[in-house]
Amino acid sequence: MSYIPIADQTDEMHDPHTFIAKYVWSQDHKVIAIQYGTVAVAVGLVALVLSALMRLQLGFPDSFAFIDPAEYYQYVTMHGMIMVVYLLTALFLGGFGNYLIPLQIGARDMVFPFLNMLSFWFYLVSVIILMASFFIPGGPTGAGWTLYPPQAITAGTPGADGGIMLMLASLAVFIIAFTMGGLNYVTTVLQARTHGMTLMRMPLSVWGIFVATILGLFAFPALFVSAVMMTFDNMLGTSFFMPAMVSLGETLDHTGGGPVLFQHLFWFFGHPEVYIVALPAFGLVSDVLSCHARKNIFGYRMMVWAIVAIGGLSFIVWAHHMYVSGMNPYFGFFFAFTTLIIAVPTAIKVYNWVLTLWEGNIRLTVPMLFACGFIFTFVHGGLTGIFLGNVTVDLPLSDTYFVIAHFHMVMGVSPVMVLFAALYHWFPKMSGKMFNVTLGKIHFWATFFGTYAIYLPMHYLGFLGVPRRYYSMGTTDFIPESANTLNANITMAAIWVAVFQLVFIFNMIWSVWRGKKSDPNPWEATTLEWQTPDNPPCHGNWGAELPTVYRWAYEYSVPGVVDDFVPQNIPAKDVKTVDGSPYIGHED
Amino acid sequence: MSFLKSIFEKPWDYQGDDPNLSGQEIGESLHPKRIALRMFLAVIFVVFMLFIVAYFIRMELEDWRPMPESNLLWVNTGLLFICSVIMQWTRGAVHKGLQNPVKYGMVASGVITLAFVYGQLSAWEEMNNAGYYLASNPANSFFYVLTGLHGLHILGGLWVWTRATFKVLSGAEVKAIRLSIELCSVYWHFLLLVWLGIFALLSYT
Repeated sequence: MSYIPIADQTDEMHDPHTFIAKYVWSQDHKVIAIQYGTVAVAVGLVALVLSALMRLQLGFPDSFAFIDPAEYYQYVTMHGMIMVVYLLTALFLGGFGNYLIPLQIGARDMVFPFLNMLSFWFYLVSVIILMASFFIPGGPTGAGWTLYPPQAITAGTPGADGGIMLMLASLAVFIIAFTMGGLNYVTTVLQARTHGMTLMRMPLSVWGIFVATILGLFAFPALFVSAVMMTFDNMLGTSFFMPAMVSLGETLDHTGGGPVLFQHLFWFFGHPEVYIVALPAFGLVSDVLSCHARKNIFGYRMMVWAIVAIGGLSFIVWAHHMYVSGMNPYFGFFFAFTTLIIAVPTAIKVYNWVLTLWEGNIRLTVPMLFACGFIFTFVHGGLTGIFLGNVTVDLPLSDTYFVIAHFHMVMGVSPVMVLFAALYHWFPKMSGKMFNVTLGKIHFWATFFGTYAIYLPMHYLGFLGVPRRYYSMGTTDFIPESANTLNANITMAAIWVAVFQLVFIFNMIWSVWRGKKSDPNPWEATTLEWQTPDNPPCHGNWGAELPTVYRWAYEYSVPGVVDDFVPQNIPAKDVKTVDGSPYIGHED
Repeated sequence: MSFLKSIFEKPWDYQGDDPNLSGQEIGESLHPKRIALRMFLAVIFVVFMLFIVAYFIRMELEDWRPMPESNLLWVNTGLLFICSVIMQWTRGAVHKGLQNPVKYGMVASGVITLAFVYGQLSAWEEMNNAGYYLASNPANSFFYVLTGLHGLHILGGLWVWTRATFKVLSGAEVKAIRLSIELCSVYWHFLLLVWLGIFALLSYT
């Protein structure tokens, strides 16, 4: 068998000694994960501030002189792109992917540690390029996060001078970083699993990250291709996307390009991107729910198949983002059909999460609270997705706040709930310290109620027909005064939620510095990362010998067993039963 | 199909203490670098496919004026084909453990690849001199972008080739560089296929 030597790279046993080798140019997957995570959270805070500024303008138009329309659109664009790509994708795959894959499958490190390190540094460069666009003349691009041409590169759009070029360059670098990391994750999962770790014994976290990485590897090229062609259109005067047009009274040199072609390419990336974020979230939340409910995950096989099915389906639904761009009705029918089909595996997952909780011995820890919060927000956002998946319903709602509400429930709040669940869940392993539980609970309730206070009223605004993307609503016949009051309230809730994220940041920093030392396995979890000889795991993860895996990751509350959990790496003969009889797992 | 078989496993059943379950053994042929290269080739394939799909969609719009074909491209195709053959031959020599043929094979394939790159640049120059500029028609734009992107991938391959050849010339054991040479040859064959696809596309449309 040759896979064990791949998991068991003995050179990983030699600790790097200098500070720089250990913490800066580190090739250790755990350090790289934390580097990825820190940069992602930092850049996410920038995006959070931008969203607060946007909300200030929307809630109290004419009160903030320093926000002009151009800046407003720059905030919108940068908020969207940072949150979707540079925070969520990077934190789920670069952060949790890096941290959990080798630990949960029992490897010493990724199979290509050097490539892994390069991946992080490319990511950092992409973030720096993106942030640099705040400081150039004209500022960052204000084209909206979808960057539709022709307006994205036409004079008059904020950031058309340089911001858009930096955005495209940054995305290209990010895609290179992701590809390097992604090849690593896929190969590691396939080739570096330890003794006894079959594919179907992998925790769902690894399954989610694995399938999402494959999606990313095949979806990001579409963004890359469109970024390259748009760069050519802008810098070299080609007409891939740019139609013949008159701009500011001048006829441009471009001839008959296809802006809709860009939209197809963009959304061929954009829709799988939703699942690049959602699938790791599905995986992580499954593990958190099962562990804190002290119950095996309901329908493990179905959960794995659903992840794979959602991954496959996500490539054939992209044009549901383009119903309003104009298309052949048969096209719309096809894409509505595939979109609604995705609801089936997704619903299977939701039922299984709820059934995992059913009659579980639930421990309402901080990670569990966030995981339960995820079920609420995800169901909520998923149901409005069924509205919008239908062409006839989407057409009137597409340009209203209903879409903002749907999108942020399903792709903003839900994955962020999982991120918090996962960060709190694995924090004791990453840092070796325990966080402050009271602050964690304050953070959860403020975030959960706060985000509902933001997004629930937006559905109503959407039904009224309040348009999204507008800098200021002005006065219209169909928007009553009460809608403006509601808007002001939404802004207050948004500021509230933003401020309470500081509690989280403070809790993390304080706990790393002054927190109580944590047990190696504080949640009494079964997966391998909690069974490491050192806490936090040292370089090489496993000490002298790799762990051997004897069962799946969800052996909780087995009848007749003394402990209510059986770790994956304990042989059956060492499992203590109440009456001393041999352990044979669950009885059917 | 072992993947399909393994995802039908029922992991919750009691499976005893023997960790060596069937379906987990991975043969020698699947070195991690091979898996990574296959995935990478799949990614590159998707990139080119998306360009080609864009090509067909853009072609339907009315301002499309097909570009004439440069005869030089036939010569370049021949060069790349020869290169692929030599790579394959070198790979055979590595398997037999022959030191000198490997050296010649590596150097020859690299030189011919450089000739291919030069040939492509000359084709660009020829087109440019004939007035087919990058921005003057979308057909031209696609010609330059597709050939350019393919050329960049060739250059990336040459970087890996340089490292392998350097090792060969500095007298490394044939065994030690067997994998790099095999991976190089796979990459070259793949880029030949991609080029044939692009060339066919440019010729017939």
